[in-house]
Amino acid sequence: MNLSKRRGALVAASITAAMVLSACGGSDEGGEGGAGGEAGGTFSMYINEPENPLVPGNTTESEGSQVVKSLWTGLIQYGPEGEAEFSGVAESIESEDNVTWTVTLNDGWTFHDGTPVTAQSFVDAWNYTAYSPNAQGASYFFSNIEGYEDLQAPTDEEGNVTGEPAATEMSGLEVVDDTTFTVTLTGPFAQFPVTVGYNAFFPLPESFFEDPEAAGKNPIGNGPFKADGEFVPGQGITLSKYEDYAGENEAQADGVEYKVFADLNTAYTEVQAGGLDITRDVPPDAITTAADEFGDRFLESPSSQFTYVGFPTYDPRYQDKRVRQAFSLAIDREQITDAIFNGTRAPADAAIAPVVDGYREGACEYCEVDVDRANQLLDEAGFDRSQPVELWFNSGAGHDAWMEAVGNQLRENLGVEYQLRGDLDFSQYLPLLDEKGITGPFRLAWAMDYPSPQNYLEPLYSTAALPPAGSNASFYSNPEFDELVAQGNQASSNEEAIEFYNQAEDVLLEDMPIIPMFFGLEQAVHSENVSGVFVDIFGQVDTSKVTVNN
Amino acid sequence: MGRYVARRLLLTIPVLLGASFLIFAMVYALPGDPIRALGGDRPLAPAVVAQLRQEFNLNDPLGIQYLKYLGDLAQGDLGTDFRGRPVLDTIAQRLPVTIKLTVVAILIEAIIGIVAGVLAGIRRNSFFDNVVLVSTTLVVSIPILVLAFIAQFVFGLKLGLFPISGVQEGWYSFLLPGLVLASGSLAYVARLTRTSVAENMRADYVRTARAKGLPNRTVVVRHTLRNSLIPVVTFVGADIGTLLGGAIVTESVFNLPGIGRAIFDAVRAQEGAVVVGIVTLMVFFFIFFNLVVDVLYAVLDPRIRYE
Repeated sequence: MNLSKRRGALVAASITAAMVLSACGGSDEGGEGGAGGEAGGTFSMYINEPENPLVPGNTTESEGSQVVKSLWTGLIQYGPEGEAEFSGVAESIESEDNVTWTVTLNDGWTFHDGTPVTAQSFVDAWNYTAYSPNAQGASYFFSNIEGYEDLQAPTDEEGNVTGEPAATEMSGLEVVDDTTFTVTLTGPFAQFPVTVGYNAFFPLPESFFEDPEAAGKNPIGNGPFKADGEFVPGQGITLSKYEDYAGENEAQADGVEYKVFADLNTAYTEVQAGGLDITRDVPPDAITTAADEFGDRFLESPSSQFTYVGFPTYDPRYQDKRVRQAFSLAIDREQITDAIFNGTRAPADAAIAPVVDGYREGACEYCEVDVDRANQLLDEAGFDRSQPVELWFNSGAGHDAWMEAVGNQLRENLGVEYQLRGDLDFSQYLPLLDEKGITGPFRLAWAMDYPSPQNYLEPLYSTAALPPAGSNASFYSNPEFDELVAQGNQASSNEEAIEFYNQAEDVLLEDMPIIPMFFGLEQAVHSENVSGVFVDIFGQVDTSKVTVNN
Repeated sequence: MGRYVARRLLLTIPVLLGASFLIFAMVYALPGDPIRALGGDRPLAPAVVAQLRQEFNLNDPLGIQYLKYLGDLAQGDLGTDFRGRPVLDTIAQRLPVTIKLTVVAILIEAIIGIVAGVLAGIRRNSFFDNVVLVSTTLVVSIPILVLAFIAQFVFGLKLGLFPISGVQEGWYSFLLPGLVLASGSLAYVARLTRTSVAENMRADYVRTARAKGLPNRTVVVRHTLRNSLIPVVTFVGADIGTLLGGAIVTESVFNLPGIGRAIFDAVRAQEGAVVVGIVTLMVFFFIFFNLVVDVLYAVLDPRIRYE
């Protein structure tokens, strides 16, 4: 996830030298209320170039998601704390066994082209996204629905497609009537209702299926804003308020203009001058001055981003959990967040992030610095300190400084030399992780898809998530952990589920296939032209709540 | 002359084919798996990966991939990027931006550069000559990136004379980025013109012209300038070809959605079809404008004849 953040960092890195110049831009003299402050009540907002056409099932990164979420409303919506709210299309999502779910829709929802949002709109959209020949990025979200496998084209050993999928519709989806459909999962999953607020589960109108390509340029959704024209690559898209919006969270403003900027510094300068209303990102060099300059128009809030350092548990050197615990005990996270990130990240003390229900402060026993204990554990494990530790990260994305700091702390606290292995691009780094080609601790990060502790556990460390199917790059596999997650998935109440997930987290943090490093914080600034700007736990601005000051 | 131009144009075909194959091979040789990187932290579903690899012929060896590309090209299909957008659309949308920026930059560098160069050349060692020398040295020595940010900060943010970014205000939007982009070449054109003019002012034919009693204006404009412009035209012509290839730094800082950004992103994402499509076009521009320069020689200097 969050690919564009990565790209943004790369662009930034390529022109680092001059950032300093733009960052020292002092007071805001040019801005007189902003260019977007016409009587019409529209505002403008910075995005980076979305990676894909604006099709919800193919939008898994932050930039496209921001636009897609203005254009669509899903079955449920998420509140400011990430709680599931039935303010979307669904009236209820119920199940007796956590396997078969009945989704009942509210009446009166329409797409921007006037056609009604029905049960069929959801079922068709989900089938389209899951069907592998459509090559939709979010396809895997449906893998726990019965019949998903039948929609995957067969492949040979070399990964060549050898035929057509067996079916075009998942057997687990059934339309009962216009406002009701049922979803049958492959196993019990109590968190299912929480997941369906994600992009992948948004409905699509009939017109989409006639020409998906055209629909990607002229998206037709059911959200608070509708598209006024095509999305222009490199420039953006203009949306206006959808007057027939059926939900309670209708748009406050008359329109929003998403402007694509190749360089975050330029967007930031535009906000200073009043030519742009919102950026939900602040250039790294401007962080320290932005709070003074923008006052209460500088916003900072926790995000779902979780950065961790994984261990190749397949490497004999890191197979003993005491070694992994010792490394974690030897790292002073706070020193790194202060010195290198200027406080724009928080030291991690758990594996489940603070933005979801189920976070426990200090859940990670080995995340506090304790040099003596670290050395003791390392001695007990018989770790060979004469060989340098290789620290892996992907290049050009701004990880060099903090990984080096980690290395220095390991050298100082544990007496091991280190070597930085940060010369691989993301496109080389990821396959190497999948192929068990990594020879030391490696950096990875995660941004959640839906606010559930499950999303911080199962996709990252379960046996089912081993590569190439999933993101378990540590190749960690513990039946006890898997079982506890499964019990959480089957739990009848949320409290019970969280209890199981926390137990699973405890197992994980004892085994330490990964070292929790940082939790993300999002920074945003906005002009005097707008108010009601709030960055949610997904790192996105709910555009329906933004009001334009006149 | 006509036959010469036709022969030169025909020669571009093998050059373009060779260039496109080289670029294709280079993108092919880039390490890493672009489809894996598309998924990011969370891998795409295996069948989706297989589908994408097949759609973009990524499982084929280099030769087959290139032949398939040429086959599509013969039918006027330049291929699509990974998001399914035709390369032709990308070029059609971004080229006008780059062309406008190039036109503005070339006009600025040619007009200001030549005028400053001529004035400095005919009054060598005057005050004006020294001003031109010092200012051009200064401009040449500052990296364009720094210049771009300073210009944006001072003229855009502080003085508010120009838009900070974007292309909303038509040609006016291109003035400041054009000036920044032209600055380096402008300095070079001015110095080239100055040297050339200064040299020609001492040539025999100029003395002869003066001896005939021609007015100074005619001597300078008709005789000196025309001869002095040959190296300048070579430089400006080559510069057009280069600028049309896009200016990544200027486009990024001023947020102009031109060719430079497109190619930068495409190389990073290892999008073979996009890189080859755009770079081949750049090669064509370069060859074409070099041809124009060669033809202009004949116009400027009647002694040059092409058979």
